[in-house]
Amino acid sequence: MEISTRDLWTVVHGMGFGALFMLAFSGALAELYRLSASGAPAQSSGREQKLLNFYLLAMVILAWLTVFTGAYIVYPWYRAVPPAGASDLADYPRRLLLSSGKTSEWHNVGMEWKEHVAWLAPIAMTMVAYVTMKYARAIAKPQYMRTAVLGFALAAFIATGVAGAFGAFLNKYAPVRGGSVIILMEGEQ
Amino acid sequence: MSTWQRGTRADTDLPNGPAAAAILAAGIGCGALGVLAFAGDASDTIGKALNFYNPSGTLSGVTTLAIIIWLAAWLALYLAWRWRDVAMGAVNLASFALLAVGFLLTFPPFMDLLQGK
Repeated sequence: MEISTRDLWTVVHGMGFGALFMLAFSGALAELYRLSASGAPAQSSGREQKLLNFYLLAMVILAWLTVFTGAYIVYPWYRAVPPAGASDLADYPRRLLLSSGKTSEWHNVGMEWKEHVAWLAPIAMTMVAYVTMKYARAIAKPQYMRTAVLGFALAAFIATGVAGAFGAFLNKYAPVRGGSVIILMEGEQ
Repeated sequence: MSTWQRGTRADTDLPNGPAAAAILAAGIGCGALGVLAFAGDASDTIGKALNFYNPSGTLSGVTTLAIIIWLAAWLALYLAWRWRDVAMGAVNLASFALLAVGFLLTFPPFMDLLQGK
């Protein structure tokens, strides 16, 4: 069992940070809704609030790690330019996708949207975490910030979903390959 | 808008200014991301100017500038509103409009539509 360093970074970016961030949304959206719902207790316990703060802070860190590893570690491998006359484009995912009309829109629409829209998520979640940590239950007060907090959290979820879904498809049609090999386990044969 | 005096407010009765600053700044950051992504796509000159880090290309400049704009807007709005209550309805409206700009201007078919492609 072996894996290349580029495969490993792609997994760390997509499954390690991105998927974990995505998974955390169900809990965050439910808790933010509960915190700001009209029937919620006026005061949440200090322990509950600390747990939510920690949860949101972890999401913010995961969101930023996802976009930075994507843009500065994985993306340069994706958009690498092959040498002139190269016929095997397996190590050049962008050029591989663009080489055929059957796959080019995975880059032109999928990657072009994914690489930008993903950055909306950490900006939005940083705001959501800051406001929730600072105001706690007060976000539900009239003329306060419940609508913005829930709306931006939902927008971050959608942006992450778009980026994650296209990331999975792109990795299927033109995976990032290469780099040194890491042997994880030796088989018997 | 009402102005709060430093040291006189209780923690349970915070002015909404700091939250409004964070919310509007997030909208500004998202909108800036969309505008920069669109500009980088529409103009070769701007695209090259946004190439801050060659391995990542234009994306590096688009995202770096969007983050700088977002944080600068947050700081400026925070300093202006930290002791005040502001009209959250207007802040929310502007923030969601800018968020929509961010989504639309990063969506390639919409970018192409605007460029007449």
